[in-house]
Amino acid sequence: MSDDILGKFAGALASGAVRVVDLTHTLSPDFPVIVMPPELGQSAPFRMERISRYDGGGPAWYWNNLSFGEHTGTHFDAPIHWYTGRDLPLNSVDTLPPADMIAPACVIDCSADAAKDADFLLTVSDVVKWEEEHGRILPRSWVLLRTDWSKKSGVAYANLLADGAHTPGPDADVMRWLVAERDIIGFGTETIGTDAGQAGHFSPPYPAHHYLHGAGRYGLQCLTNLDRLPPKGAMIVAAPLKIQNGSGSPLRVLALVQERSTG
Amino acid sequence: MTEPLPRPKRKNPLSRTTQPLLPPSARSRKAHGFTLAAATGRFMLQCCGECGRYTYPAREACPNCLSSDLTFKDAPTGGALLSETRIEVTSDPYFREHTPWRTGMVQLDCGPVAVVHLHGDCGGPGSRLKLSLQLDRAGQAVFSAKPVSEVPHMEDDPQWREMTADPKHRRILITDGRGPLALPLAQALKKAGAARIFVGVADRWKPFDQQAPLEAIEGVEFVDLDLTSERSVQNLAMDIGAKVEILINTADHVRPAHLFDAGAANSAREAMDHTVMALMRLAQAFGPVMRSRGADGATGAVAWVNVLSVHGLSNAPQFGIHSAAHAACLSLSQWLRTELRPGGIRVINAFAGPLDTEWFQTVPPPKVAPKALADAVLDGLKRGLEDIYVGDVAKDIEARLFDNPKAVEREAGQ
Repeated sequence: MSDDILGKFAGALASGAVRVVDLTHTLSPDFPVIVMPPELGQSAPFRMERISRYDGGGPAWYWNNLSFGEHTGTHFDAPIHWYTGRDLPLNSVDTLPPADMIAPACVIDCSADAAKDADFLLTVSDVVKWEEEHGRILPRSWVLLRTDWSKKSGVAYANLLADGAHTPGPDADVMRWLVAERDIIGFGTETIGTDAGQAGHFSPPYPAHHYLHGAGRYGLQCLTNLDRLPPKGAMIVAAPLKIQNGSGSPLRVLALVQERSTG
Repeated sequence: MTEPLPRPKRKNPLSRTTQPLLPPSARSRKAHGFTLAAATGRFMLQCCGECGRYTYPAREACPNCLSSDLTFKDAPTGGALLSETRIEVTSDPYFREHTPWRTGMVQLDCGPVAVVHLHGDCGGPGSRLKLSLQLDRAGQAVFSAKPVSEVPHMEDDPQWREMTADPKHRRILITDGRGPLALPLAQALKKAGAARIFVGVADRWKPFDQQAPLEAIEGVEFVDLDLTSERSVQNLAMDIGAKVEILINTADHVRPAHLFDAGAANSAREAMDHTVMALMRLAQAFGPVMRSRGADGATGAVAWVNVLSVHGLSNAPQFGIHSAAHAACLSLSQWLRTELRPGGIRVINAFAGPLDTEWFQTVPPPKVAPKALADAVLDGLKRGLEDIYVGDVAKDIEARLFDNPKAVEREAGQ
């Protein structure tokens, strides 16, 4: 009986002992995408055009054509997304090892800091403090930065000023440290990118991208509902679309959370 | 003096909307020389290359010397009224709805006598007149006469308003509030008495410089409009489609790219999406409702303006993708013109050379100031033009294309 892990799991899902939390925003045309200087290439926003809706284009069926950039909505970054990960094996979404699509998560709540300062940066000491309370981050865990940024929308969510975006994220040291010293599988945020809005000015620029992808690790961004996760113990299911040579993709991110002891 | 046009009352929702009708529109192929002149605001008649006499109506040969060398040439615009007819009753369905209607016989200074539409402020027989060729609601050229000197509220004359697309008391949609044209256009439209100016803004979460000055103009209302999204364009049409009497499409997307660049296909697709497909989406969403409101009272739907690059007429390799996109827009615009004609909606194309904006920063002068382009669009609406060429580059290309399109093409690549 004790070997029947999935059977127990099915029971726990049925009884509500394990609940499923959707960490995904709805993929819609209005959701902000990352903005690059206009002379550079741009990510296509999400678009949906109707093929038919029980009409002349198809009398009994409803369907649409979709178009979007790989990095639209709640999405996954594969190592090939950044130059530091370009020569790694299995670095695109189609070669992503399936076992990496399910991993535990540590949720670091910085929502109070982010509310005070849009440019709040997560540091090593913040993580060490979290570890003192919740234990050491286990290898191959996701670290999710909770800022409650997902509760904002529109102008406040993108928070673009004349000198660029002002949104919270990790500093360079903590990214290097999380990858090298804690062996995390990836880093997730509620903002448009895994990096802070001003991270282009950090050294190295965009440290989350730089260190994560350089070590073959992953990114998740535009997450929501992180406030419904415990600091430790949630399992993340994040399976991007299997796009040939894809650098990322929108995806449904689910968290499995144990509600109470199953005895 | 013309009675000033009162601000229209709100429509009675129980009354049926008057359906658009058109004045008689058959013209000979030769007579389209007048259409060309009227479309660009010129006054041209056939003139004999042999004996130098002007002639009217349009013919195959000179009635004076029988030479076949008859070409349309600019003519003096003066004339004297010989006789006047005020039409009270007519069997023509279009004119029945516009009676009384003034017409007159005019002795043109250049020689011929013509029947013309008479502005309400014109005096009786013997009075001096200023002639113009106008496009009527059917898009066909007609002679129109106004008094020589300006009179207050002249533009409000009901006959004249049928020949023009005056913004006074009309509601306007400017499709791209982020573009350089939105602010000067909104200012000019406000000055011209527009009742309301809807300004479409995509991605409201991105701030833009002109937001505050645009907002400060009374009558300006920002509306969500992303021209690259079919849903967004259709949503807006569902909200305000029946309130737009003049649509000014300022969609543009200038990104330099070389034809052989690896990413050029992406740039081209983006440019097409922001311009050609944008016009297509706008046409599908706003075209039918505007066409149905062409006779909806004194301030019914009247015009659709597309602001285009003159390089759509002949490719400028430095902005090759931009040129190609605008060439496609022009073709689409001609199609739209045909589709909107049954509603009496005028489709105006304003062609400009490089604008004095960031995307043409490296292009040497002459360049067109956005305000100059906006003023030219307003002038085109008030005069009822169809093709407007703004600035030295556009005017030069227009003249040279007329003369030798091959020379324009070759020289652009040098």
